[in-house]
Amino acid sequence: MQVNEKKPLIVAFCCNWCSYAGADLAGNNRLAYPADVKIIRVPCSCRVNPMFILRAFQRGADGVIICGCHPGDCHYTSGNYFTRRRMAMLFSMLDYLGIEKERTRVEWVSAAEGAKFAATMNDFAEKVAALGENKRLEDLRCKR
Amino acid sequence: MQRIGVFVCWCGSNIAGTVDVQAVSEALKLEPGVVFSTNYQYMCSQAGQQIIKDAIKEHKLTGIVVCSCSPRMHEATFRKTAAAAGLNPYMVEIANIREQCSWVHKDVPTGTEKAIILGKAAVAKVNLNAPLTPGESPVTKRALVIGGGIAGIQTALDIADAGFPVDIVEKKPTIGGKMAQLDKTFPTLDCAACILTPKMVDVAQNEKIRIFSYSEVEEVKGFVGNFDVKIKKKARYVNEDVCTGCGACTEKCPQKKVPNEFNLGMDNRRAIYIPFAQAVPKVATIDPNYCTMLKTGKCGVCSKVCTAGAIDYKQQDQIIEEKYGAIVVATGFNPISMDKFEEYAYSQSKDVITSLEFERLTNAAGPTAGKLLRPSDLEHPHTIVFVQCVGSRCENCAEKGKEYCSKICCMYTAKHAMLVRDKYPDTEVYVFYIDVRTPGKNFDEFYRRAVEEYGVHYIKGMVGKVTPEGNKLKVQASDLIMNKQVHIDADLVVLAAAIEPDKSARPLATMLTASMDTNDFFTEAHPKLRPVESPTAGVFLSGACQGPKDIPETVSQAGAAASKVIGLLAKDKLTGNPCIASPNEQMCNGCSSCERVCPYGAITYVDKEFRMPDRTTLMRRVAQVNPAVCQGCGACTVACPSGAMDLRGFASAQIIAEVDAICK
Repeated sequence: MQVNEKKPLIVAFCCNWCSYAGADLAGNNRLAYPADVKIIRVPCSCRVNPMFILRAFQRGADGVIICGCHPGDCHYTSGNYFTRRRMAMLFSMLDYLGIEKERTRVEWVSAAEGAKFAATMNDFAEKVAALGENKRLEDLRCKR
Repeated sequence: MQRIGVFVCWCGSNIAGTVDVQAVSEALKLEPGVVFSTNYQYMCSQAGQQIIKDAIKEHKLTGIVVCSCSPRMHEATFRKTAAAAGLNPYMVEIANIREQCSWVHKDVPTGTEKAIILGKAAVAKVNLNAPLTPGESPVTKRALVIGGGIAGIQTALDIADAGFPVDIVEKKPTIGGKMAQLDKTFPTLDCAACILTPKMVDVAQNEKIRIFSYSEVEEVKGFVGNFDVKIKKKARYVNEDVCTGCGACTEKCPQKKVPNEFNLGMDNRRAIYIPFAQAVPKVATIDPNYCTMLKTGKCGVCSKVCTAGAIDYKQQDQIIEEKYGAIVVATGFNPISMDKFEEYAYSQSKDVITSLEFERLTNAAGPTAGKLLRPSDLEHPHTIVFVQCVGSRCENCAEKGKEYCSKICCMYTAKHAMLVRDKYPDTEVYVFYIDVRTPGKNFDEFYRRAVEEYGVHYIKGMVGKVTPEGNKLKVQASDLIMNKQVHIDADLVVLAAAIEPDKSARPLATMLTASMDTNDFFTEAHPKLRPVESPTAGVFLSGACQGPKDIPETVSQAGAAASKVIGLLAKDKLTGNPCIASPNEQMCNGCSSCERVCPYGAITYVDKEFRMPDRTTLMRRVAQVNPAVCQGCGACTVACPSGAMDLRGFASAQIIAEVDAICK
């Protein structure tokens, strides 16, 4: 038995209108993706505060993915544009801090794209797993 | 401290098959704040809801977590349950352990582990939930029907019947859709036009219904009860209000060589045209791709012959903005292209036609005036071969055809075969099929009549190849029952092409934020129990845009969609979403960052008096959110540099609690 093998931990923020529905559709169609992916529902991808992502990495997440509606399709008109710009900034900063670019991602998944959701999660989980455990930002004081 | 109850649903075996529900409820019992935890077979059932209600009362719960299907499915149900037991409905959180756990993960330990984590995240969130009270929003009492085929027509008529105004948007110059092109209808063999055109006239004459023909939906904004829609009325270069539909222009137009799309290109129309005699609205349209006047500026024959003076070469596309309370999608279907089915020689021979072309050939108003003549030499065909499932039930060939059954082909082919044998008893008719599928009232009797009374040769097997040779079509096929090869020299081959959703459906789904399946059919809110509603509130589905359907089914679905729309429009107010932004005035420094990112203009600033600790007062500029306008996207919460802005129901602290629970 391999005791040390830690499964990657991936936090996925999904907007309620497109990507969360896309994730549901993936479920409806029984399209499997790794159980390492845990989804947090937010009303819009623009609700995702960079603070949440830092917190996730601090607490030992190995990858964080944000899914929103396709550009132009945001339920709230322009929310995903904010996401796109904010995350471009944040991710390059995280890269500077040593959190590889492959550990962070913004992906547009519509409510109709169950297959894309599953494929994205499979691909992302694979890339994150290949990088191994993320120790860069992990705050050991957070660990019990 | 909250007193939280956890309710784990088995969903029969949907969840319990991959998740050890007992273990989940045991594990969650140990979470902070949880005072009660149980599991049950169907939490959404009456008995399941009763368990929740009883527990709320017995254990004085202040918050509940239901580990079940997606909140998109049953969040509303459980909120109602909580409200019925006296708990604020916004003290309910759902852990999605079906769509996002049991259905996508295969083995029990993994599923159980993830379900526990998702449950913990929901518990962590509920610990920070606060009771919320929703606001109300008005309902615009007008419906929009997109698509003017039989589905759209029936929906519009039914809604208008209840007294609500309806607009139909149809991209073609006339309503009527595919049914207008059909000859006879199964299983009664009454003529399509005889039953459809009176309905089209009803639509035209109904004061509650407006028809925007030759128009397309450009933009959809807003939400249930309050949609703002932009409709592009394409320039038809004819003033609709003035044109009398006399048809003089369509006879005199010198541009005669325009393929007639109504007859599927089997004959020609003019550049100015009325699609068919019973068109509604009966107004001419100029085809800008062929009109000499529009292309070169020289001609103008139609404007000279038009006594009403309706021709307007300078007409521009017009954008109409209208508010709607509900939107019905009725975009219908099209037969798939035969390009990828070269084995049937569709592109090589004019005598290989699709079933819809066959409808036009036998239609009294069609290119041959109802006489069944071969398109190539206008001779009467003596041997006709019908090929079923061309592109339907195409296993492992998704790039070529469709995996699903198109549902209507078996019946219309039986109808075609019967019509041929009835009109021309000297014609031999062969039908090659995989299976004959005829469920439906009087359907199987109809098919058996084709075989037994009309002597149609049904052969189980597929056609391998059609080769044009001289004026014959050599059909090579297999007979699976006799286990032999069959060779037939046919005069006409009719392909039952699979049907697919209209191409306009996907961009429309995007505009409406409505879900679609992989075949581009709209998905319903629930496949069995909410078959005419889209998961997006206020959007309803009618007809073949949701899946292949025959006319009786389409009409019944259209009526069902209408009744759902009427139910919505009959309400004066809809309760709104209380999950909106709210600023902490103590922390707000009035910097305007939130105001700049708000897509709705919901944030304004006011000067407010604050009492300072030293008993002086201070005037400060602080943000204020208009609860009727705020939609709760949360853009402002991230823009706020001081962290004063937060979103109710999705507060920063709640999301962080979820992150922490997941990353523990």
